[in-house]
Amino acid sequence: MTEAPLRIVLVDDEAPARRRLRELLDDCTGALPLIVVGEAGSGREALHLLGTTPADLVLTDIHMPDMDGIELARHLLKLPLPPVLIFTTAYHEHAIAAFEVHAIDYLVKPVRVQRLLSALQKVPRLKPLSDTKLNRLPAAARRFLSVTERSRVVLVPIDEIVYLKAELKYITIRTADREFLLEESLTRLEEEFGPRFVRVHRNCLVAREAIRGFERRVSADGDAHWEVMLRGVTEALPVSRRQQFIVREIGRDASA
Amino acid sequence: MRTSINQNRTPLSLPELRNLGTILRILLLVNGVVMIAAFVREERAAAISAAWGQMSAAVEPHLLFELLILYLLAPWLERAPYAVGATSVMALTLAVGLAYNTALAALFPDMTTGAMLRHVMFSLLIAGVLLFYFQLRAKALSPAITEARLQALQARIRPHFLFNSITAVLSLMRSEPRRAETALEDLADLFRVLMRDNRQLAPLSDEVELCRQYLDLEKLRLGDRLTIEWHIDNMPGDAQVPPLLLQPLLENAVYHGIETSSAPGVIAINIFLRRGEVHAILRNPYKITDSSHGGNRMALANIRERLALHFDAEASLQSKANRDSYEVHIRMPYRTYVESGDAHD
Repeated sequence: MTEAPLRIVLVDDEAPARRRLRELLDDCTGALPLIVVGEAGSGREALHLLGTTPADLVLTDIHMPDMDGIELARHLLKLPLPPVLIFTTAYHEHAIAAFEVHAIDYLVKPVRVQRLLSALQKVPRLKPLSDTKLNRLPAAARRFLSVTERSRVVLVPIDEIVYLKAELKYITIRTADREFLLEESLTRLEEEFGPRFVRVHRNCLVAREAIRGFERRVSADGDAHWEVMLRGVTEALPVSRRQQFIVREIGRDASA
Repeated sequence: MRTSINQNRTPLSLPELRNLGTILRILLLVNGVVMIAAFVREERAAAISAAWGQMSAAVEPHLLFELLILYLLAPWLERAPYAVGATSVMALTLAVGLAYNTALAALFPDMTTGAMLRHVMFSLLIAGVLLFYFQLRAKALSPAITEARLQALQARIRPHFLFNSITAVLSLMRSEPRRAETALEDLADLFRVLMRDNRQLAPLSDEVELCRQYLDLEKLRLGDRLTIEWHIDNMPGDAQVPPLLLQPLLENAVYHGIETSSAPGVIAINIFLRRGEVHAILRNPYKITDSSHGGNRMALANIRERLALHFDAEASLQSKANRDSYEVHIRMPYRTYVESGDAHD
């Protein structure tokens, strides 16, 4: 029985580290059919690559600019057929402790060929990491939110988001250009991104940076409420009675 | 029988009389005592300030004149045995006190012998207290203790750097063995310095050479992402500086300024001599949004403390984050001789 070769993508911001892994993978070809289908210098590049080039396994560094390995792992889950992922790390004690606890596979750099081979041989039996497992890793806040559109992962940079609004099952992500639909919890996003967003309403977080000011509106029935005006979008969003204190808090900063 | 290994007890010695820190301490202490005396003698606020003014007027000329003489005699006093040095200081205090009071008596005939005696006793007492204080301070900073602190402050390189560098060297082994050899030699040199005893000052040129080797290794890993600009034409290579003064700062610059971005970045190193002081200014790109600066603060605190242990108030380290760059500025005295009083084994 001939097996299809294992398709591998290498992700590391240091070219020598990728070259070294390629050499080691070459050494493994005798024992296991495999093919390196691509290399990427950051999580973002890798995601782009994997959108067009399917792979069975991603070997990724953790500490990388633009998008680190752990964030990459989370976005990869949005792919229709997520690859298996193994972290390679030089020294990242917090992450390694968490990997041990949650039985997440990792290789320490410099990687030994025997360790690499035995990791590769396990791949067909491994499943992609689960979201719950990844959520437990000590990670920095994501730099992007990802949504799936026509089976491709689309990244929305956090700093382009004007507001996030929960509607029924989904969250609407609003940027200056367009809207995206995301399946996550608003509370968790609020926890993850902290002070970057301000809750103006039970179902709505707005980017602090995008706040242009507040306006008092009186509706037809005589009820008065505040609305927040935002940069980049025309619609104003209501501020709930409970969150009214932010009008004074932020209004002061904005006028200063 | 267990013999103490640390037999190198500090030989008693006077403080460095030309050191700004010493002078400031003397001024502060004497004036502090004068102020307390004023508070003790009088009750009403107006009387206190009057007494304070009066006493300062009596003490200050004596104090400043004596400090000037000590400054001039410093090289001789510091070389003399401690007993001679201390006795000289006391004798000087007595002499200056008597001379000053005689001059005063000539100007103001109504001065009593009692007031004169009080002044001289008072200055001798303070001189004694000061000598005792500097003795205690010297003991607190004695080689045994200072060295223990310096030992604890030894710069530690990020393990992350070691393992990534080894990976980079491994990646060269098959294709470019000669570059791999150079890289391993650089790594060996770097670790030789990291592991050796770094408590004594060393020439600045050595530190710069070490930085070059370190940065070569980083360039191996990071390639075009890292550019270094050296401005060291006016560097006094013979200046004595604490070892591993700049390397940890460059390591931070790479870690926070270069590795966090996929775009290429420049680290600028500017070292020069100005008005008898050595300045080192390091600048790297930096984005305010970056969190986790704990490691950086630790390295800065470490270097600041080592500078203080070696140079007291004459050295400083300042850092500032600009909009898109981060800058560290070190200022220290230009010294070419090796510190005396350092422990030899």
